[in-house]
Amino acid sequence: MTKALLRIENLSLRREGYEVLRHVNLAVQPGEVHGLLGLNGSGKSSLAYTLMGCGGYAPDEGTIWFAGQDITGLSITARARLGLTLAWQEPARFEGLPVGAYLALGARDADAARLAAALEAVALPPAVYLKRPVNHALSGGERKRIELAAVFAMRPKLAILDEPDSGVDTLTLGDIAALIRRMAGQGAAVLLITHRDEMLAVADSASLMCQGTIVFSGSPDETRTYYGHRCRPHVEALGAQPWPDEARISLATEIAGPR
Amino acid sequence: MNTEPRSKPHGLATAEPGWAKEYEALLEAYSQAGGDPAALRAPKAATLVVSANRVLAVNEAPGVHFEAETLPDGVRAHIAVDPDAKIEQPVHLCFGMLPAEGVQRIEADYEIGAGAQVEFIAHCTFPNALQLKHIMDARIHVGPGATMQYRESHYHGPHGGIEVLPKARVEVDAGGRFLTSFTLVQGRVGRLEFDYDVVVGEHGVAELSTKAYGQADDTLHVNETLHLNGEGARGLTKTRIAVRDAATSEVNTTAEGNAPGARGHMDCTEIVRGDAIARNTPIVVVRNDRAQVTHEASIGAVNHKELETLMAHGLDEEAAVDVIIRGMLQGVNDERTDGTGRA
Repeated sequence: MTKALLRIENLSLRREGYEVLRHVNLAVQPGEVHGLLGLNGSGKSSLAYTLMGCGGYAPDEGTIWFAGQDITGLSITARARLGLTLAWQEPARFEGLPVGAYLALGARDADAARLAAALEAVALPPAVYLKRPVNHALSGGERKRIELAAVFAMRPKLAILDEPDSGVDTLTLGDIAALIRRMAGQGAAVLLITHRDEMLAVADSASLMCQGTIVFSGSPDETRTYYGHRCRPHVEALGAQPWPDEARISLATEIAGPR
Repeated sequence: MNTEPRSKPHGLATAEPGWAKEYEALLEAYSQAGGDPAALRAPKAATLVVSANRVLAVNEAPGVHFEAETLPDGVRAHIAVDPDAKIEQPVHLCFGMLPAEGVQRIEADYEIGAGAQVEFIAHCTFPNALQLKHIMDARIHVGPGATMQYRESHYHGPHGGIEVLPKARVEVDAGGRFLTSFTLVQGRVGRLEFDYDVVVGEHGVAELSTKAYGQADDTLHVNETLHLNGEGARGLTKTRIAVRDAATSEVNTTAEGNAPGARGHMDCTEIVRGDAIARNTPIVVVRNDRAQVTHEASIGAVNHKELETLMAHGLDEEAAVDVIIRGMLQGVNDERTDGTGRA
């Protein structure tokens, strides 16, 4: 096995008196898509913010290794310049900043053609979007695609994508899945955070997060199985029916498309 | 390259030997500050270029008339647009001073005829200011059904030794539209005393946007007042201010709904960094039970999520803050209520 690009060791985080992350251990290999699956509130986004070094998310314990370097105490900028980046679940808006300029901020060596290609990769026509501001006039889905295009244009070593599938239609899901595979095809690793197990169809490996800790790591299929039967005790206790397997398989096929 | 100005001042002292050179130097300073001198040379465009108290170039266009006279410390200008004239190209006004010290007073009288449509773009360039005062005192009359757009952009040097005092008394007649923007985001502000007072008649429209970026010990005072006196009159102020270091800003906006159907809104956003201080006081006055005036104001730090997003794209904190502030200052023009996207 190659040396992990990202290795998280015993990472713990408390926020406002609550244990948000508990002794998290996780590894992502270079060029692989690793799915991080978990229910809402399981700590996935908190882990993403901690990995990126966001304010208020300095871990109480543990170490984050990236490309062989301990980055636990580094700033967001320093981490980004090492090749780590994050696409937020609900991306920020920027009044007055055109999409083209926004993409170029993170991809300084990119020419106009590369920026346009990044938008095309998320099915947004460059002629329509390059000059539009990244402001509230964009829909949530459009903003999400633009963020993914920005990450794609950056060509990071590792992209953390925090629920790129939430709040988007099924057609867009297919575009996003294809983009993730393209990123991997270009050599980038992706940590794909999701609560929809069908999204693991695009992953090479996966982990399951429950109540702030990793409870399982393995193949995407194994992780999905584990997710469906082991990680929702409180849901089952309420009498909720598990999602039918046929529905999962159907949507997963749609998302995965040709590999 | 032709260094001769395209037209000489009309009826003014033009025989001074250095005037062409001064004209070119002013345009060069304007260019270095990010402006486009070609706009001032555009064929068929009306232009007025004033350096200190000297009118360096005047070019009229059909429907646009200038009269100017020299004052000891500036220029008094009368600018008229014929009734029903539709002026296709913007009218460019260039005011500036190359010396580091002095006073420039511009007394301007705008008369926009009924039904006319015109856009003014005013460039104010003071690249070397150390102890300099720029006074703009304007009276503006927008006739019935006329539309006047007025965009004023300032290009200051890095020293901050400048005082800018734009003052305007504006009257918008029935069905008239007055859309204006004031931008001071290049170089140091120095001391800004912005004072606009606008009276809007029946079904008239007034929109004011003001953008400024204060640094070091700059001081910014913005006073804007809308008197929505006519039935169905509408008014909007949008103020975007950023202050950092030890700069201070004080924004006072007043909107009066004085007639049935009058609608006013005041929108102020300010970003504060370092030891800077920002104050905002919106005053709402309603004198008619069928009028409505609203306001919203936000003063605070740079949005944390925006900042961290840009840092995750590799920008350091200072660069990220600058992008956010400049975006905010630019963005006000994206949101014009008339949908033109222009100020």
